[in-house]
Amino acid sequence: MAEGLRAYGLIVWMWTRSALAYRASFLMTAAVNFAATGLDFLAILLMFSQVDRLGGFSLPEVAFLYGTAGTAFGLADLALGSMERLGGRVRDGTLDTLLVRPVPVLAQVAADRFALRRIGRIVQGLLVLVWSVTRLELHWTALDLVLLPMMLLSGAGIFGAVFVAGAAFQFWAGDASEVQNSFTYGGATLLQYPPSVFAKELVRGVTFVMPLAFVNWLPALRILGRQDPLGLPGWVDFAPPLVAVACCALAGAAWRAGLRSYRSTGS
Amino acid sequence: MPDMTALIELDRVEKVFDVRRRTGPLRRERRQVRAVDGISFTVPAGQVVGYIGPNGAGKSTTVKMLTGILTPSGGRLRVAGIDPSRERTRLARRIGVVFGQRTTLWWDLPLRDSYELVRRMYRIDAARYRRNLDRCVGLLDLAPLLDVPVRQLSLGQRMRGDIAAALLHDPEVLYLDEPTIGLDVVSKAKVRAFLRTVNTEQGTTVLLTTHDLTDIEQLCRRVMVIDHGRLVYDGGLDGLHAAGDSERTLVVDFERELPPVELPGARCERVEGPRQWIAFPAAASAAPLVAELAARHGVVDLSVREPAIEDVIARMYAASSTAPA
Ligand SMILES: Nc1ncnc2c1ncn2[C@@H]1O[C@H](COP(=O)(O)OP(=O)(O)OP(=O)(O)O)[C@@H](O)[C@H]1O
Ligand SMILES: [Mg+2]
Repeated sequence: MAEGLRAYGLIVWMWTRSALAYRASFLMTAAVNFAATGLDFLAILLMFSQVDRLGGFSLPEVAFLYGTAGTAFGLADLALGSMERLGGRVRDGTLDTLLVRPVPVLAQVAADRFALRRIGRIVQGLLVLVWSVTRLELHWTALDLVLLPMMLLSGAGIFGAVFVAGAAFQFWAGDASEVQNSFTYGGATLLQYPPSVFAKELVRGVTFVMPLAFVNWLPALRILGRQDPLGLPGWVDFAPPLVAVACCALAGAAWRAGLRSYRSTGS
Repeated sequence: MPDMTALIELDRVEKVFDVRRRTGPLRRERRQVRAVDGISFTVPAGQVVGYIGPNGAGKSTTVKMLTGILTPSGGRLRVAGIDPSRERTRLARRIGVVFGQRTTLWWDLPLRDSYELVRRMYRIDAARYRRNLDRCVGLLDLAPLLDVPVRQLSLGQRMRGDIAAALLHDPEVLYLDEPTIGLDVVSKAKVRAFLRTVNTEQGTTVLLTTHDLTDIEQLCRRVMVIDHGRLVYDGGLDGLHAAGDSERTLVVDFERELPPVELPGARCERVEGPRQWIAFPAAASAAPLVAELAARHGVVDLSVREPAIEDVIARMYAASSTAPA
């Protein structure tokens, strides 16, 4: 584990250094990344130019959901977004070259072509989050102040687990990155909207099957002072760290099983 | 009884691949490919071994098992006392691997950065790193390439870069899977000379697969031939001739045209005017044949042709593929 983090750091540092060598190009891609992710929020703004409420939620409230989901997803995407390329490495057998190095393969795959420009998404999510907080006039309790950063970190952990599990799946289905994207990017988009606009079955699904609801919905609704649509007991709002740890453990197991099933290629 | 001095040990190692093939729109057929079919050998420390065989013989599969990339389906395998697939990362510090077909370097980083990453990953101390890097750069002419991103290197340049990367941490064993594939004559010579130096100066054990028999002739005292996943020869280069029942050829110019001559233990292969080609087993002596010919006919000129190593190998591949599996 420590060895893996160290290796991850080494590779990330090397890629970042080489990206920063071309400063202008780096700034431009980061700006593009920032603007492109901002389009999502523009869509929400446009919607609110027609309606006052979305599923009973005001613009600042939706912005709060958007900001928390975007930041949590952005953190995971920055750290592990490269993993969606694993399928290609499995198909063409270039994963072989990572297996002969003395550091964990997961760290190498996760850090491969680390793209600091993805930081644009985090910045954009945080800006929206800060804006929403200034507009919401919430009564912050000490608990809420703990809940917010915990929510962002646990959310990043849950999304991170989805990235790893999705990559593990690619050991068996070499071109499953589409499926993975629908869970990661699709999930992040879903969480930008209030649960009340979706069917109950879907909300149940992302609570109990694929626990994305713990990324922001459940804790955010408490901070916003709203009921969750499934009427779950109150302590569930504090479960995200536990859910994140459980998800990461499962994803780790899936990863190890996937790696064991790797059979290289004939040429 | 395990051989204590052996660095690489294989005991009836097997690798079976399950392959699914589409035979119709919905139908799939499952088939098993025995890529490596019960191979045993040991390699003592410091030896340079050539591992050759026709396409699909199981060479790369063997190398992948020796590095821990693939888990054997059966048999026992040890490298430096380590079971490669179980302790892959621990073994990685003690071996170097070069795949001719693909690079282990970071595609978008300059060679220098790749080496720097290798240094940190393997925790090579600064003095040793400097020494090894300087040596590789000198012997493999890497100096002008250090600041070029790997993707911009030509095949031969990249291969030299890869070989250097595999040796920075002073591995005990170096595996090379087709290290000279696609290289020009000069690059090949450079790579061979470098490998010889590494072996004699560092005592590095080398196992290399190749389709270029010159690699074998110039580097390996021992050669293993594998076909259909089985070892069909293991010994010196000279022994290959006997094992492949190869033949030498006597080219004789007679005083006049003759019908094909008949001699015991030899056969006439070809007749062209007064010149005849007479083949005889490589292991036999040419002297009695020459005496016999000179006694029977007037001989103007005469020469002996050694079998080309290529022909010997080709014959061996052909023989083993017609043998019952
Ligand atoms: N990952 C794999 N999945 C399925 N079959 C494989 C795999 N790797 C190798 N094979 C099969 O195993 C056999 C041996 O392949 P291998 O790559 O070891 O041959 P090789 O001796 O290296 O050949 P070449 O000289 O062409 O490189 C072949 O029949 C090949 O199709
Ligand atoms: Mg091969």
